[in-house]
Amino acid sequence: MTEAAAYDKPLPVIDPGTKPFWDAAREHRLSIPRCRSCGKHHFYPRELCPHCHSDDLEWTDVSGKGEIYSYTIARKPAGPVFAPDVPYVIAMIALDEGPRMLTNIVTSDVEAVRIGDRVTVSFDDVTPEVTLPKFTLDNA
Amino acid sequence: MAREAVIVGVGDVPLKDGRVVGGGSVLQVQARAAKAALDDAGIAMRDVDGLLVAGLWGVPGPGQLASVTLGEYLGIFPRFADTTNIGGSAFEAHVAHAAMAIESGYCDVALIVYGSTQKSERSRTLGGRPPVLTMQFENVWGIPQPVGGYAMAAKRHMHEHGTTQEQLAEVAVATRKWASLNPAATMRDPITIDDVMASTRISDPLKLLDCCLVTDGAGAVVMTTAENAKAHGSRAVNIRGYGEAHTHWSIGAMPDLARLTAAEMSSKAAFDMAGISRDAIDVVECYDSFTITVLLTLEALGFCKRGEGGQFVANQRTAPGGAFPLNTNGGGLSYCHPGMYGIFLLVEAVRQLRGEAGDRQVAGAKTALVHGTGGTLSSGGTVILANH
Repeated sequence: MTEAAAYDKPLPVIDPGTKPFWDAAREHRLSIPRCRSCGKHHFYPRELCPHCHSDDLEWTDVSGKGEIYSYTIARKPAGPVFAPDVPYVIAMIALDEGPRMLTNIVTSDVEAVRIGDRVTVSFDDVTPEVTLPKFTLDNA
Repeated sequence: MAREAVIVGVGDVPLKDGRVVGGGSVLQVQARAAKAALDDAGIAMRDVDGLLVAGLWGVPGPGQLASVTLGEYLGIFPRFADTTNIGGSAFEAHVAHAAMAIESGYCDVALIVYGSTQKSERSRTLGGRPPVLTMQFENVWGIPQPVGGYAMAAKRHMHEHGTTQEQLAEVAVATRKWASLNPAATMRDPITIDDVMASTRISDPLKLLDCCLVTDGAGAVVMTTAENAKAHGSRAVNIRGYGEAHTHWSIGAMPDLARLTAAEMSSKAAFDMAGISRDAIDVVECYDSFTITVLLTLEALGFCKRGEGGQFVANQRTAPGGAFPLNTNGGGLSYCHPGMYGIFLLVEAVRQLRGEAGDRQVAGAKTALVHGTGGTLSSGGTVILANH
């Protein structure tokens, strides 16, 4: 009988301002704030809209679709806990709703990733409490 | 007569293989650099009444109140303190703030100090900071910090402008040539474009030789009034203009990954204040945390058009003997890089303007531009200096 190894990578220290995002992720929803005043979405979640500085914000589920704005392939790990994953892709996604989000691209072929690739969110339940929204290539 | 702030002293500490010669705590090395700069100025420590400090040391602990701790250690009671920390560009901002304090009469002698013993302590990792507050949306993905953010900027620049890895390598090769002329530099053996291309991949497209060194180091700058400089017989360097700006901390919040907005803002302010054109600059010292930093900075400072940084640095234009002398001490890429490098840009610019740079002296250098970048392309501080 084997037990899954405990997840030993950094976990978000969730605070009141970010809890709705992480709660939604646990339910496999991608939810980010939208400003009722200027209509724009933003990420990461703030108390005031970073575009117009209004406090009239609402949490909205978004499509989970977007494209790769930029990325890097980590050949050296961000500390020993990531060493088994090398090489892995960290990407900045331009969500279709506008904001950019840092994430991982889940792929067996890191060399195939390109800027402009279309991507869709997937959810990685890394612990019972934390789910990380990652992305996969639409044309994998 | 109006008070005019000038730089009157610079100092640093010798390194061997990237470590402070003789060893020492982070407080000891800062005290040595401070003494060297004050000796250079001919001004006594007891006359320092302004202390400007930014660092990464002693946290948690005494480094949380860095100027208070360092003032105590140096045995001085400053009446002006500035612990502005916007990353490696903090020291360019310190020059601006000290100039305003001196010219308004708020202080007479300002000491700017930085030190790090990160190499000796082996305290540097790619793992970055705790995943709290803004960083909960960065660290969980395993982004190597800070190189991963710069790597994504490089990828975007290559995508938008056709910049090549070979063009990035030009910067590393040219900077190493300057280092070969500087006996104090850590890495002095010549390298080729092929060497850079073949070096260990770190975070695509950046390779080992695209990245700054990890060393110890300490540096200091002393400023006072032109009148006081004359009274002490100091060799003064004039401050013609300055500016600072910051745009983001998280790489995900950078407004445009292929454009260094903070440097555009800070350099515009500095050039407007100086009232001179880009053509009047004889030597540029700009932060080279990574080769891509240099391309983005040269574009943002207006020395070339947006997207043309790669072509600008081609054919070793920034090397000794080239048309555009850049990072003449060997830079963070080859001289030293103790975490926050911006103080060394100022030290080198002053030495160039005083004609003290030995084999690497830029002949006839009259006006120098210093530009620091901090965080992950987060902040910029520009200072324009002149010896006339």
